[in-house]
Amino acid sequence: MTSLASTSDPSAAKVRRGFGRGLVPLSAVTLVAMAAALGMVFFYAPLDADQGFVQKIFYLHVPMALVALVGFIAAGVMGFAHLRSGDRRWDLRSYVAIHISTILAVGVLATGSIWARASWGHWWVWSEPMLVAFLIVFLLYAVYPMLRFSIEDPGRQARSASVFAVAAGAFVPLNFAAVRSAQSLTHPQVFSTTGGGMPGEMFATFLVGLVAMALLFVTLWKLELTAKHAAEQLRAVRRRIEAAADDGDPVGGPVAEPGRPLAGAAS
Amino acid sequence: MTRAVATLLAKDLRVELRTRESVPAMALFAVCVFVLFHFGLDQDAIDGALAAGVLWVTLLLAAVLGVGRLFVAEREQGGLEGLLLAPIDRTAVWVAKAAALFIFLVALELVTVPAFALLLLGPGLLEALGPLTAILLLADVGLAAVGALVAALAVESRARELIAALLFLPLVVPVVVAGAAATEPLFSGSQAPQELGRWLVFLAIYNALFVVLPVAVFDYLLED
Repeated sequence: MTSLASTSDPSAAKVRRGFGRGLVPLSAVTLVAMAAALGMVFFYAPLDADQGFVQKIFYLHVPMALVALVGFIAAGVMGFAHLRSGDRRWDLRSYVAIHISTILAVGVLATGSIWARASWGHWWVWSEPMLVAFLIVFLLYAVYPMLRFSIEDPGRQARSASVFAVAAGAFVPLNFAAVRSAQSLTHPQVFSTTGGGMPGEMFATFLVGLVAMALLFVTLWKLELTAKHAAEQLRAVRRRIEAAADDGDPVGGPVAEPGRPLAGAAS
Repeated sequence: MTRAVATLLAKDLRVELRTRESVPAMALFAVCVFVLFHFGLDQDAIDGALAAGVLWVTLLLAAVLGVGRLFVAEREQGGLEGLLLAPIDRTAVWVAKAAALFIFLVALELVTVPAFALLLLGPGLLEALGPLTAILLLADVGLAAVGALVAALAVESRARELIAALLFLPLVVPVVVAGAAATEPLFSGSQAPQELGRWLVFLAIYNALFVVLPVAVFDYLLED
């Protein structure tokens, strides 16, 4: 058993150095930023003259949308880094970024729907191009886990997932351009009230909300990376124990298993 | 590279000519969908935005069938390993598959568009034929590029055809946006050449992206 501990130690150290480092202080900062953002939304930002209290969902909706979009595009860049370098950790980063961005996208669609209901009286408004484009992006990324987990071979899985991440990441801006240009032919831009003439207090609240959401994204991303990596290591250790029990061999032998891609790629 | 593409393309076309699996199925499917639309909409003749939408959605759904079958021969007969063993650029595989799909789509439209004019379209097709051909050909390039990429992505997965379809449809939404918007004035009698040019440019940008992107990443997709 001592040999098992000694073989798993270096990779455990890598977990701390690579994925989990700084997670506690980061979480604390995120918590403070989220509290500050919520406080500013409810007690500092003025009520919107047109829309009243409902407009405050803007401080949640828009940062969530921006962070999700940046997350999708960043996942594409990470996927490209994986394809370029062959380092499996980039694929894991890309996967986790897409996962969290997809969850945020659900939040964007939900808050957008609530806002649409409150300000236009309909739960779904096809004339709001951002919402429509977001739905398409969400539908596309919803296929990512299906694609990823229906490929058995780990190397192929990582490569296919990365190719998807790159293609979809490049598609995201194009899609927004497409949907926007489809609308502008028939509909005027309804939504300029949120962008242009925003009072300073509103803009400050929005910025704090954006920073808080970005911090939340990074925290969740790191947390999930750490958890995924730890689970991977646990599985590898368990497999080694089983293999050792089957063979009756000592555990610490040189086992080159395909199930330990991360530790192998890292070294 | 060119020779590899030509060889692969000739192989795919020969397979299609001998088995006649993809294009006839796509065309039959499209005509069936027109019949379904006739009863679903309960209309004998449609025009304008409705006609453009029906045509484009039908073409896309038929294209999904072609995309799903694009790598069937390679997968079922173990030809993929052969392709990977061959000392050729992997991108050649994508170019050949996209070219084959482009030809399938053109063949599909040669049947489907006249059938559409015959079965459902209210206004005459002849005066719209020139611009419509340009739109369709430009859109086919993008559809073929995306379709070949998506088919290669899905070929390793368990639920291939399903995943290929689910990946393909959201990715080609911009093609529907541009295609339907450009076709709509053609089917409602009022020609709008200015708008048409804008949508053709948009389709060209879309095509450029989805031609450059697979060339950049396809090498990695079909490794080992």
